[in-house]
Amino acid sequence: MSAIRTIEGRGLPLPGDDVDTDRIVPARFLVAVTFEGLEKHVFEDDRAARKGSASPHPFDEPAFSGAAILLVNRNFGCGSSREHAPQAIRRWGIRAVVGESFSEIFLGNSVAIGLPCVTVEHEAARALQDAVLREPRLPVALDLAGRTVRAGALSFPIALPDAVREAFLSGTWDATGLLLERFEEVEAVAKKLPYVSGF
Amino acid sequence: MAATLYRKVFDLHTVRRLPTGQTQLFIGLHLVHEVTSPQAFDMIRARGGRVPFPGRTVATVDHIVPTDGSPRPFADSMAEEMLRALERNCRDFGIRFFELGSDGQGIVHVIGPELGLTQPGMTIACGDSHTSTHGAFGALAFGIGTSQVRDVLASQTLAVEPLKVRRIEVDGALGRGVSAKDAVLAILGRLGVKAGAGFAYEYGGAAVEAMSMDERMTLCNMSIEGGARAGYVNPDATTFADLKGRPFAPQGEAWDRAVRWWSSLASDPGAAYDDTFRMDGSALEPMVTWGINPGQVAPVTGRVPRPEELSADARAPLAEALEYMGLEAGRPVAGIPVNVAFIGSCTNGRLSDLREAARVATGRRVARGVRALVVPGSNAVRKAAEAEGLHEIFREAGFEWRDAGCSMCLAMNPDRLVGRETCASSSNRNFKGRQGSPTGRTLLMSPAMVAAAAIAGEVADVRTMLR
Ligand code: SF4
Repeated sequence: MSAIRTIEGRGLPLPGDDVDTDRIVPARFLVAVTFEGLEKHVFEDDRAARKGSASPHPFDEPAFSGAAILLVNRNFGCGSSREHAPQAIRRWGIRAVVGESFSEIFLGNSVAIGLPCVTVEHEAARALQDAVLREPRLPVALDLAGRTVRAGALSFPIALPDAVREAFLSGTWDATGLLLERFEEVEAVAKKLPYVSGF
Repeated sequence: MAATLYRKVFDLHTVRRLPTGQTQLFIGLHLVHEVTSPQAFDMIRARGGRVPFPGRTVATVDHIVPTDGSPRPFADSMAEEMLRALERNCRDFGIRFFELGSDGQGIVHVIGPELGLTQPGMTIACGDSHTSTHGAFGALAFGIGTSQVRDVLASQTLAVEPLKVRRIEVDGALGRGVSAKDAVLAILGRLGVKAGAGFAYEYGGAAVEAMSMDERMTLCNMSIEGGARAGYVNPDATTFADLKGRPFAPQGEAWDRAVRWWSSLASDPGAAYDDTFRMDGSALEPMVTWGINPGQVAPVTGRVPRPEELSADARAPLAEALEYMGLEAGRPVAGIPVNVAFIGSCTNGRLSDLREAARVATGRRVARGVRALVVPGSNAVRKAAEAEGLHEIFREAGFEWRDAGCSMCLAMNPDRLVGRETCASSSNRNFKGRQGSPTGRTLLMSPAMVAAAAIAGEVADVRTMLR
């Protein structure tokens, strides 16, 4: 597993609060035993609803194809715990998400698959989205070590929990290895719990 | 020092502080279903790993189950493959599996408490956001994603960050025809769908203390709709009475020792909370959502908001919701026409929910043109309801009586909305497309209110139909 320090690429603005995971991947695409191919269904229903309209869905906007950094607003990824949502986004090609806030389960799932989700202030989120809307080819760079996001001349501080930042920087975001490191301590805690050892 | 239940349970399960600063937390009960687990088991296999505590994981099948009694193999070959994968994974790793059709099978959040697997003081995780349901018993229960399912299988632990605790007090007594579902919808209406981020919700106050365990589960179930990953009620005599005698509950002298331990975990008087919210339960009315998130809700006697009544940043979401729902601003909530009625789900698919709905349905008929489904949350609920004759009441009234499963709560099985149908639903999410049609519409309400809507063919105040 590799360390994640910086992510550079073009941005993809997806304005709106409370984007739930049923929007990101409708449940019918969860009927499968792998995550393979989920990128084909990312935002499927929203995209279909705007097909042929004057304003296509951002994921269908040719100017944003190949973007790496998704720019969102508040409470992104709320609702169902399906990891299929960050998996679909990641497999589509997004390598980081910058927003005003995230649902906690979405955040945890994203960390576990190496997809940093960082928060910025409301004005910063708007400014980043506007800048990329005006100029889709603007390079966007996320620096986890330096805690900043830059887009052209714009630069804003980002926030993420210290532990999560540390996990990305040290390449321990896939937690399983860490959790198995001192297994005797896990067994000791289990033994002390009356419902495990017997009341 | 006075502490909350959350703090006590968290500390008791803390293994160590990880080098990253996160806490390694022991998970006492891990529940598994077919949707979020196959990839996790594959990851364990790919790493040549094992499951060190197979006895602390329990599995069942719920989301993909057709509830019309169709035999295996399922018509949907992908669904069949998912069930086969779960069967194989449970066999290979020695995990207890409540298989399709068995007495223990049902929605994972219904069977855990029903079997007595869910107990106070436990940490409970499941690859499902409504794991918060189990908090009703005074457990610390929260949803996780598939990679974390892998972590629990591999290590029986998770890397987590501690939550803050918000105490939510519902004072007074709920009125006739007003249920726990209405209380939680009202909380969502006041606090919104984002306020719970970073918090566990501790529910208390006279109205909560008076609730049955079924009702407390409804309350805790929808904590996640408010953004709170976990919700709980302190264990008390109601909790213990419900748990006693269940298959996995302690027995004999162990029971007495267990009750003492459980009691010691309840939040201490004088414990400090990071935030407190109070609501008068006696002022509540039956609630109905009119929008596309569960915080977009109004009393049945109320109206859909007008843009000018809302703050500037709530106007765009209102417009989006009304356009999707096909509703005019300012219209009364009562009288919104419905095409489908769904009673079931982990929010309201338990025996007492079916009883409440049956009380309304008795001697009445589902309105012409309305498709109405009653789907018990588990096989045990189905059997108990049939023993009371509830299925006859529903059938005579024109409801379909189904087998246990998630059914029309989400679009992973044959029960789905078609086109722009509007569904009065006792489930928990009214997101766009949630019930299977990309343009389908959901009105969340209590099971009694769903029964009332089915009969009236439109949203109706159940209080006028109670005898
Ligand atoms: S009933 Fe609905 S919310 Fe509950 S577990 Fe099933 S799909 Fe999820």
